[in-house]
Order: sequence, then structure tokens, then C-alpha cells
Amino acid sequence: MDTALLSVEAVSVVLPTPRGPLKAVDAVDLSLAPGRTLGVVGESGCGKTMLSRAILQLLPKRAKLDGRVMFNGRDLAALQPEALRRLRGPELAVVFQDPMTSLNPVLTIGTQLVETMQAHLGLDSAAAAKRGAELLAEVGIPAPEQRLRQYPHQLSGGMRQRVAIAIALSCEPKLLIADEPTTALDVTVQAQILDLLAREQRRRHMAMIIITHDLGVVAGRTDEVAVMYAGRVVERAPTPQLFAHMRMPYTEALLAAIPKLDAPPHTTLPAIAGRPPDPTRPLPGCSFAPRCRYADDRCQGAKPPLADPERAGALYACWHPL
Amino acid sequence: MNASPPETLLAVADLKVHFPITKGIVVKRQVGTVKAVDGISFSVGRGETLGLVGESGCGKSTTGLAILRMLDITSGKVEFEGEDISAYDRGRMRPIRARMQMVYQDPYGSLNPRMKVADIVGEPLVVHGLATDKDKYRARVAELLKMVGLLPDMAERYPHEFSGGQRQRIGIARALALEPTLLICDEPVSALDVSIQAQVVNLFMELQERLGLTYIFIAHDLSVVRHISDRIAVMYLGRIVEIATRDQLYKDPLHPYTQALLAAVPIADPEIEAGRTQQIITGEIPSALRPPPGCRFHTRCPKAMDVCKTVDPPMRERDDGRAVACHLHS
Repeated sequence: MDTALLSVEAVSVVLPTPRGPLKAVDAVDLSLAPGRTLGVVGESGCGKTMLSRAILQLLPKRAKLDGRVMFNGRDLAALQPEALRRLRGPELAVVFQDPMTSLNPVLTIGTQLVETMQAHLGLDSAAAAKRGAELLAEVGIPAPEQRLRQYPHQLSGGMRQRVAIAIALSCEPKLLIADEPTTALDVTVQAQILDLLAREQRRRHMAMIIITHDLGVVAGRTDEVAVMYAGRVVERAPTPQLFAHMRMPYTEALLAAIPKLDAPPHTTLPAIAGRPPDPTRPLPGCSFAPRCRYADDRCQGAKPPLADPERAGALYACWHPL
Repeated sequence: MNASPPETLLAVADLKVHFPITKGIVVKRQVGTVKAVDGISFSVGRGETLGLVGESGCGKSTTGLAILRMLDITSGKVEFEGEDISAYDRGRMRPIRARMQMVYQDPYGSLNPRMKVADIVGEPLVVHGLATDKDKYRARVAELLKMVGLLPDMAERYPHEFSGGQRQRIGIARALALEPTLLICDEPVSALDVSIQAQVVNLFMELQERLGLTYIFIAHDLSVVRHISDRIAVMYLGRIVEIATRDQLYKDPLHPYTQALLAAVPIADPEIEAGRTQQIITGEIPSALRPPPGCRFHTRCPKAMDVCKTVDPPMRERDDGRAVACHLHS
């Protein structure tokens, strides 16, 4: 394996709340090599978005970050704001879920695209505008010159997300983080956007993290998958290996709960009973134990570490792996 | 379940819902028409689930609202339990509304945050004058909460104290308060997490079995729709382009749009994903203000022929009971 472009080392994020400290991310380790794709999967509140904010150093002001986020040999958490600002764009870029809120509604598409390139690449306005039109064409937007003069509200959701991707790609980042990039979109447009991201990722040899709640999205489009539950990574393995042999009961339950196109209809879906634990009241044992059908006393009492005891290249945090 | 169920509960014939676009403040003049629903026909049998799928803007929610008469119908007929309700005013709709209810997508926006759960669930009883006896009313609310898997002592709490899945259960309990025969469910599980979504889908199926409910299940998630539906209608730009039983539709989709929708569903299996023949349509749904001439799908259709650009394909019923509007199958 290549040397890591990104390595997240024992990162924890704690948010103060009126009910006490909330551990949104709990000692997560991840690494990603250049040109590789990592899927981070989990349900709402599992900490996947907070983890991506921690990597990007975009955490809420009051959040407390522990651990190191090493990117290209530098600890992002220790960088000054100005140094970070220079990194965002040419090194690190992000595509958010909702392109309506991530784009500025009072600036044209062209202004938003061009200002990034002028600031980071030192292009003059004519060159930046030309490059902007090229980028829009690359992300599949018809009539790019006209689109540059339009405002975000004049575009559909899918088109806005393409613009957001064009902006993210404009400075040729080494790492792109896509946080639920297709959740707000229709299934046909979702497929187009995911294909676009995959194509650009290969073409640019860019590393990418796709954050999603949909195991279907990561199955065909990632090299490695990390499953998160209650702030922790509970299983991490190369994608084919993960789907061939899930070790963590949560991952299996998550997959089983999706109605399959080839499963018998009208049957009871294997739902996961209950809901995730209150993040301000961490459990002493495995966080999934209250909902897990394999759980016993050991699971209630002691937290299983994320480990690879069989040295098979697949990590899981479970006392009773499948 | 076969394609023509024995007893028809709801029959929709050539339903159109058009919205005028006006300009000017004092003197309003019409400058265009959004044909949100433009001539659709289908029927739903008692105890059956009809899935209604399509991309955003295809008119599936408008169809649901028009059946409930929460929107004015431009033309066409809606027959519910043998009664033509398409011209009914508010007053005459009131007793009908008790028998057809809506479950909304957003469990956050559809519950009044200042009302207690008991009042939310019991409100339809009050509105319809069925809350005369206090004890009976309380007992009914408790029974409804139990029916959807909530604890009766949750009745005194407010919506913000509940998770998304629990809120959706509250919405379902409210819809069931008047013992309706038809539930129109508009994207009822789309806002929920996978593990919670499965719980709510299971609840819908249980309730149908127990209460003999009929569902119109509107959704964009084809795997959920397949799981719960007996028959499925696929909508595109205000029209139904294909209607078939679940097995027919998923095993052998006829309309290129149905094929494209199915091909776009991500499958949680890397081997299947790698081996799939991607037949993905490009572009997005055109504006309902200016639908393309001919077949409305021809601008995105990978199999479009010359005739598709000029001639609007009619809905043709086939020998196997399914119907499709496509020149390839006429």
C-alpha cells in the first residue's frame, strides 16, 4: 500500500451540550492513500459528519478535538487559520449534501467558481472564467458559458450539485470529501453524480471520502469501507471483503434492513429494534449491545476494541464476530 | 394479487390538475400552465397497495393531494367507494375525508410542535365531533398509540421529545384515528434512517393486515415500493407511463423510463454493482410548464425514435393486464 495521504489518529470530538458533554467522535483511526476511495457509512447521529468536519477543521467553535489529523505529513489540527485556508482548495476540498445552502445565493455561479481559482491558483479573471466554463463542461453542465452568469436558484438540485463539484475540483485537490453528496437527489440523478465523482476521482488520481447512510452507494464505488456507530468505527475492511463477510452484527443488521430488489415482498423486514444510545450517556460496554441479538454480559460490561485478531485485513469491534 | 382486483375502492379517470401561472398584480393574466398531473387513470382495489413512483416533480404528490381533494381538480373523475367525489365541496368532502387519510413525509414539519401527542392524535376525533365522551376519547387515543407501537404514557409529551421514527408513528396514529379505509402515504419513510425505515415499513404492513387498509404508497425509493406494493404505477411529467403488478414491473420493466429507474438504484453488493450493465439516462426531468412534444420522455430516452418526437404514445393495456405508454410497445 502507498504511504498515507491522510491519517486520522485517535481523533475524538466532544461537543458541550446542556445535558453534558457529547462525544460525537470517539477515538477514530483511519488512513487513506492517494487515489483511493473510502466510504464512511452510518446512520444519523453516528458521528460521520463530525468526523469529516474534524478532518476539514470545520468543527463548531465550542467543539473540542483530540488526536491528530495528519495530511501530507502535517497535523491539520495544529495549523494556523491562514495556513489552513491555503490548503483548502488545492489540497482539501468538500462537497456537501445540500448544494442550495453550500452555494451563495446572491453570487453568480461564475463568481463563485472564479473567485476560488483566482485566490488559490493566481489566475487572472479571463483565464479563470475560461477554466470555469471548461470545468462546468467537465461536470456535465450544458451551455456552460451561459450558466456562469446564472444564480444558484436558477438551477435544479442536480445541476447545483454539479456546480458544487466543479468548485471543489477547480483547484485540483488531493483529497475530496463528499458528505452525503446525493441524499437530496433523485435516484437517476444520484447515479449520474456518483458516476461523475468516480470518473473525476480516477482521472485526477484524487483520494476521496464518501460519507453516506446508504450501503448501496459505497458497495460499487469505494475501495474500503468504515462503518460507524455511536461515534466509533465498528468495522473497517476492503469493500469486497466487507460485503463478502461482515463481522460486526451492526453492519449485517444494517444491510438486512434494506429491502432487496430480489427478496420476497410483503415479508417482515429484519428491522433493528430500538435506536442508538444517547450520546451524552455513553455505555460502559459495546454501544450496539442493547440492540444486538448476540449480546451477552461481556458486551454490556466491556467495550470491544477495533482490531484484526485474525490478521485478515478486516478490522471489527465485536466480542462475538459473525 | 392480479392486475384487476375484485372490488375497486378508488378509481381515477383522466385526472388533470393544472396550475395557472399568472403575471401582474392588479390585472392578473395567465401566462402559462403547469400541468402537474395531466390525464392519469388508475384504480386501487380494497386491501391493495398501489405504489406510485417517479422523480421529484413528476406529479406523484399532486396526485395524492388531488384524490383527497386538498387541491382542485381541473378535470377528470375520482370515484371513492363508488361515489364520484370530483366535484364535491368542502362540506360534502368532510365525511369522505374520514375514510381517506394522509401520512406525510416530514415527521418534523407535519406535527404541531406546541401540541401534545394526545391532542395531535385525537384532533381528527375532535374535528369530526367524535370526542364527546372524555374517557372514551382518552381510551381511543391510548389505543391508537398502542396500535402504532408507542406507549400510552407518551401521550402527554410534545413532538420534540421523539425521534424521527417515533414521530412518523404519531403521524400514522393520527391518520388512523377515524378508521379510514384508504391511506395515502406520501414518502412516509424517506426521511428516516435505514434501521428505522424498516421498522416503519413493517408497521405499515402489520396495520394493513390487521385493519384491512388500502394504501397508495408514494415514494422515490424503488426497493421500498417493491417491498410493500401489489401493483406499481410509474409517473413521468404528470403522466403514468407504466402500470403493472410488482413482479411484472421488476422482472420485466417495459417502459425505458422504468428500466432506467431500476438501473439507477444502488445495490448493496459490490459484485452485482461491478457486473451491472449501466443504462443510465442523462439529464433531468424537464419543466412541467413546457413539457416536450410527443412522448414526454423522448428527450432523455436512450431508445427514442423519430415518431417519439411528435406523437404522444397513448396508454395501451396489454393482454397480461399491465399497461404501458410507449411506441416500442404499441
